[in-house]
Amino acid sequence: MEAKPMFFEIAVLVIGLVALLRDLWTPADKKQGVGQMVAGLLGATVLLALFSGNTESTEAFGGIYVLDGMAWFFKKFFLVAGFLVVLLSIDAAKEFKSGIGEYYALICFALSGMLFASSANDFTLLFVSLELITITFYILVSYRRSVTASLEAGVKYLIMGALSSAVLVFGIALIFGITGTMRFTQLEIVAGEYVSNPIFLFGMVMVFAGLGFKIAAFPFHVWAPDVYQGAPTTTTAFLAVGSKAAGIVLLMRVMFDAVPQLTAQWTNVVIGISAITILYGNLCAIPQRNLKRLLGYSSISHGGYLLIGVAAASVAGQSAILFYMAGYLFTALAAFGVIALVMGATKAEDISQLAGLNKRSPFLAFALTLAVVSLAGIPPLAGFFGKFLLIKAALEAGTLHPGLYCLIGVAVIGVVISIYYYFGVIRAIYWSKEDADTTPLNVSPASGIMLAICVVGMLLIGMFPGLLLPAAESAVEGGALVIAAH
Amino acid sequence: MDSIAQLLLNLVIWAPILVAVLMMVFLKEELDFLARPITIATTFAAMVGAGALFLFFQTGSADYQFVTRFNWVETAGLNIDYFIGLDGINIGLVCMAAVVGFAATACSWEIRNREKEFYVLLLLMIGGIIGSFASLDLFFMYFFHELALVPTFIMIGKWGRGKDQVYATYKITMYLTAGALIALAGLIMLYLQAPAGARSFSIDELTQIFAQFPINGASQSTIFGLLMFGFGILVSLWPFHTWAPIGYGSAPTATAMMHAGVIKKFGLYGLIRVALPLVPEGAHMWMHVLAWLCLGNILYCGLVAIKQKDLNLLIGNSSVAHMGFVFLGIASLSLLGVMGAVMIMVAHGLLAALTFGLSGYLYNQTKTLDMTKMGGLMKQMPFFGTCFVMAFMAGCGLPGFANFVGEVMIFFSAWKVFPVVTVFAIWGGLVIGGVYMLRAIRSILHGPAKDEWFVVSDTDDWWRRLPFVLLLAVLLYFGVFPASLSNKIKPSAEVIVSNLKAVEADDWNLGEAALKANLASQKNK
Repeated sequence: MEAKPMFFEIAVLVIGLVALLRDLWTPADKKQGVGQMVAGLLGATVLLALFSGNTESTEAFGGIYVLDGMAWFFKKFFLVAGFLVVLLSIDAAKEFKSGIGEYYALICFALSGMLFASSANDFTLLFVSLELITITFYILVSYRRSVTASLEAGVKYLIMGALSSAVLVFGIALIFGITGTMRFTQLEIVAGEYVSNPIFLFGMVMVFAGLGFKIAAFPFHVWAPDVYQGAPTTTTAFLAVGSKAAGIVLLMRVMFDAVPQLTAQWTNVVIGISAITILYGNLCAIPQRNLKRLLGYSSISHGGYLLIGVAAASVAGQSAILFYMAGYLFTALAAFGVIALVMGATKAEDISQLAGLNKRSPFLAFALTLAVVSLAGIPPLAGFFGKFLLIKAALEAGTLHPGLYCLIGVAVIGVVISIYYYFGVIRAIYWSKEDADTTPLNVSPASGIMLAICVVGMLLIGMFPGLLLPAAESAVEGGALVIAAH
Repeated sequence: MDSIAQLLLNLVIWAPILVAVLMMVFLKEELDFLARPITIATTFAAMVGAGALFLFFQTGSADYQFVTRFNWVETAGLNIDYFIGLDGINIGLVCMAAVVGFAATACSWEIRNREKEFYVLLLLMIGGIIGSFASLDLFFMYFFHELALVPTFIMIGKWGRGKDQVYATYKITMYLTAGALIALAGLIMLYLQAPAGARSFSIDELTQIFAQFPINGASQSTIFGLLMFGFGILVSLWPFHTWAPIGYGSAPTATAMMHAGVIKKFGLYGLIRVALPLVPEGAHMWMHVLAWLCLGNILYCGLVAIKQKDLNLLIGNSSVAHMGFVFLGIASLSLLGVMGAVMIMVAHGLLAALTFGLSGYLYNQTKTLDMTKMGGLMKQMPFFGTCFVMAFMAGCGLPGFANFVGEVMIFFSAWKVFPVVTVFAIWGGLVIGGVYMLRAIRSILHGPAKDEWFVVSDTDDWWRRLPFVLLLAVLLYFGVFPASLSNKIKPSAEVIVSNLKAVEADDWNLGEAALKANLASQKNK
């Protein structure tokens, strides 16, 4: 049956629909129940995915949809991300005036879009899944309807997102027009003939622009800081982790499955984009006082680090990306989770709100500190090992593309810059001189579980990378092709 | 016996880390006062353990002893072992780290604010740095070092002092992070030089692999450059040294003792342990640069130290200057030079801890370290003054202290290779060093006693005296019986140096061969 490989996509859609139905007969003061139900169902799905263990490659719809190692890895990734975001939302969604039930349903729909994206093997599915993600996010971003900033962010995201979708679909049309196919596996065979065809190249540039928008790579990053700042924190968290990962998995599919020949030619372009993205994100983060905006810029820079793995264009580079994303999942969600809880209590997003957090809630302070240290890439946390793998992959491929050595130099500068502002966050928590509010912050069980999972994830991945690395490596070897073979 | 010693080494590394984690998780805020006794007990146990290892250590063997080894990560693209053990190069450093760790804990009675966090970080630092010295796997060496380094930043930021505290925190953090990352890039490049499939981060496996598949000259040069500057920044190699004086000036006493004494030595250790044996050709290419840069440390920082009015800045600069001697010993690429370098690393670790401990005590008494405002304190503080004079005399390289032994070894070995540099270095070491050390003694301890200092009191209970006595005793012991350490260092240093010599001979043969070929081709024309 064609639908069988898509079990998780369908399951998540059903969970979303159930949430909508349940919402209908839940009284306004008991909307938390919807969130708890969605969290429970998603949690069961996560467990099912983690223990299903089936990594056999299958296809559906004549190869439009594939279920290979990489798809499996990212499906687990997205499900965990979705589950954690929903857990966090149970608490944080209280600030919405209405539509709490729909919020969970929309998260589920975006999540199913991400699950589809991880299996896309055709430009049609790529476009449809991206639209499913992006359109739901237009709504999720502008969910705080009474806050002008949120609406402004929604409008900005809508305009930029629509523009990038248009660019993307235009590029796909050009590619289809010139090659006559949209299937990645078929493109791979014929792409070699077109690598100097200007229309094909133009089409590919447009596709990369569309995907660059999703991962907020320079110069398609302009939306990110405003949207990250304006959106509800839970949405920002999902945007930073889920949406970015969807962009990354699609980028990897296109670059390594569909047009590896072109990727080999464009390595220097990727190196340049990666370097600028890293520097831009890190430099712009320095003066930020708004925490969400700061993390927005930091998220741009992490997109840049991920592109190092793309530029390395090797099995090691791709598995490093997967590993880095897994570490980033727990790290970024922990950071946004703490911010959501602190900001939900204080209603302000300035960095000075963190003052005295270690007295108000030692656990939140600890979790945020670990997250920030991991983002900065300091051992023994997950972020360090991810950066280690990326640098190793780049050095390994450096003999083929000497530009990678420069990129590593830029990455090192980027890390040193980032220490400056990440350190500022720790400083604000533990030794700010400003008089702090010392009312204790209570962490609800759901948020507590969510943060505990993130903390354990960060530490486990960082201290025992042997648990995850083989999975990341086999995911890549099973699916994507190696450039060197071409 | 072996398995006990092996367990002991693991305990010396992991006990502080485990106690730190347990304290962080289980020690309630009301019981903060327990943090100090627990830490003192742990570090004391670690010191005793390290001392026992020193006794168990088989002198005269170049093999790794007390080895623990198992695989940590093994996948297609990555192979990392947990691999610890001791040989002549690191046995002294591990013991020194344990002694300084205990002394630093004993000296931190000044910490009254958030004691638990402070001692947790201190324990992480001690366990981490001992682990990085004992690691024979490059990845873990780096990993443990970072574990020790990060608490430094937090401690300076949170418990530091002085008007430059924030600036110093940022400066030391960014410099050392950059240095560590550059060194990391070098280590990974080294790993990647091994043929795919046989790759490993373990030093012994890498040595075997590179004996079979030598690295080409260009890569050796790149890797050694990365390691030299990466590790160099961590050790405050001139001109990347500016973080050190200001960082130590702003650090709490224990942090300055641990970092200046122990953690900083990691960079030097890395050069001797990794760079010299694994990229010997690169070492030959870069040695001249290193020799001249080390003059920057010795002369420039020595002259800067003369001008200092603040005692901590003076000690900081002098500690940077002393690092120059170690660099010179490494640059000589000779047996005596490498042995002297290790000797000074141990001696200076004890000395730096001692001087920073003393200045920390003084600061707590006087609330200032401005030397122009002091004077005549010897009368008030005879015990402190005696320790201070002994420490600063050791800093000048007075015979009887371990520093003298190391410096003499280095000067003898460097003389053959870099006579000009050595002449300047001896000048810097003896004259400039003498000037600022003696001036510090004069302006603080001697001269007319000033009225405002009648309130200061000496270290009157044995508990306050213990760390200073301990550090001085070890310094004197190694100064009077240097053979107890140098005999342990010698076999391991011989292995490194014979490898270097072999490469030099090869170079010579190659050069000769190339010359002959060149002449032959000219004749043919």
